[in-house]
Amino acid sequence: MRDLFGVVMLFGIYSLLTAALFMDLDAVDVAFTEAAVGAGVSTILLLSSLRLVGRHEKPHKHNPLLPLIVVGLTGAALIYGVSDAPLVGDPNAPAHQHVAPRYLNEGPQETGIPNVVTAVLASYRGYDTLGETVVVFTAGLAVLLLLGVTGTARQRDFGSDDDRKVQRQVVKTLIPYIMLFALYVQFHGDFGAGGGFQAGVIFAVGFVLYDLVFGHAHSRKVLPAQHLIRFGALGVLIYGGVGLYSLLVGKNFLDYTALAQDPVHGQHIGILLVELGVGLAVFSVITLIYSTFANRKVAQ
Amino acid sequence: MSLLIDILSGLLLAAGSLMCLTGGLGLLRLPDFFCRLHAASLNETLGTPLILLGLILQTGFDLDSIKLLLIGLFILATNPTATHAMSRAALHAGEKPLVDAQAQGESSSKS
Repeated sequence: MRDLFGVVMLFGIYSLLTAALFMDLDAVDVAFTEAAVGAGVSTILLLSSLRLVGRHEKPHKHNPLLPLIVVGLTGAALIYGVSDAPLVGDPNAPAHQHVAPRYLNEGPQETGIPNVVTAVLASYRGYDTLGETVVVFTAGLAVLLLLGVTGTARQRDFGSDDDRKVQRQVVKTLIPYIMLFALYVQFHGDFGAGGGFQAGVIFAVGFVLYDLVFGHAHSRKVLPAQHLIRFGALGVLIYGGVGLYSLLVGKNFLDYTALAQDPVHGQHIGILLVELGVGLAVFSVITLIYSTFANRKVAQ
Repeated sequence: MSLLIDILSGLLLAAGSLMCLTGGLGLLRLPDFFCRLHAASLNETLGTPLILLGLILQTGFDLDSIKLLLIGLFILATNPTATHAMSRAALHAGEKPLVDAQAQGESSSKS
């Protein structure tokens, strides 16, 4: 398929189907994140990058037979390896021994929040989530270093101000509710599906929507792109700062019991701050990547 | 009473699914971009809230039904806007609607 637009649409459909698959496997948080990131933001980012690279793939000169053989062999090896794996949901599988019973049995009591996924993500495996947040921030840094935020952004041809009345009115009405929903997802992650990643994505989508409909001239006044990386850095700083504070008080890195007198209360505070850091970092990086792609001068 | 609610919600779900299906059929079979857009979007904008209404009847009256209602309202607000945006984009890109040439000839000869 040479039409990259079709490829991007297929990616979006694939992500949506994967999200439905995750829902079927009872992984609601993962499905939420997959739908928001894969079927939502990724499609927008890929489409705005299509603006820069053109819609059709240039025909390649090499013979596709060798890559096909390599992919086929690798796939066959993977399937052979997976055939030995334990069945999904097998209680005797190694993944369900060791720490998983402790997370499931004592998680709600130790951390004080009902959603075990958030408890594992933000508390038991908080160090890994710090790594994820830094990776997201690094992606934003890489995009900035490679493409840069153009100071004089290209003014897209938006016609007159009357041109998009319907879209502007609807978007003006909807964006506050989108932001509210993002905040709801951020803080509701303790109890239901949600958390920092999803909330950051939804928050970013609000800003991307504003930029799409009102044009870069307006959205630059609302949120200048050069401040975005500072928000991202602030997010990582909050997350790492929580860990460092625990160190300074005398406990281990990212030990939330150092944050308050009562350990469970400390867990609450720690998870709140950490999810805030994650949400800030994700929001700023996604908005940054979008505005870098969408407002770059296209070399015509 | 609950049987009545079950039947009603089943009817709503069936109606909504039928609408979405016929919208998909129109998306595949109609000749022109604007016709396809018309079919897909109108049918979905009615079909999805119907399905959600059927689901609301199933879940009863609690927080989940409020969330479903909000989703339905959101779809009702954004689907037409997206259709509008798509048709404007298509017109801007130069896509012309398929007009019956004979009718065009007749109307121009009458006026």
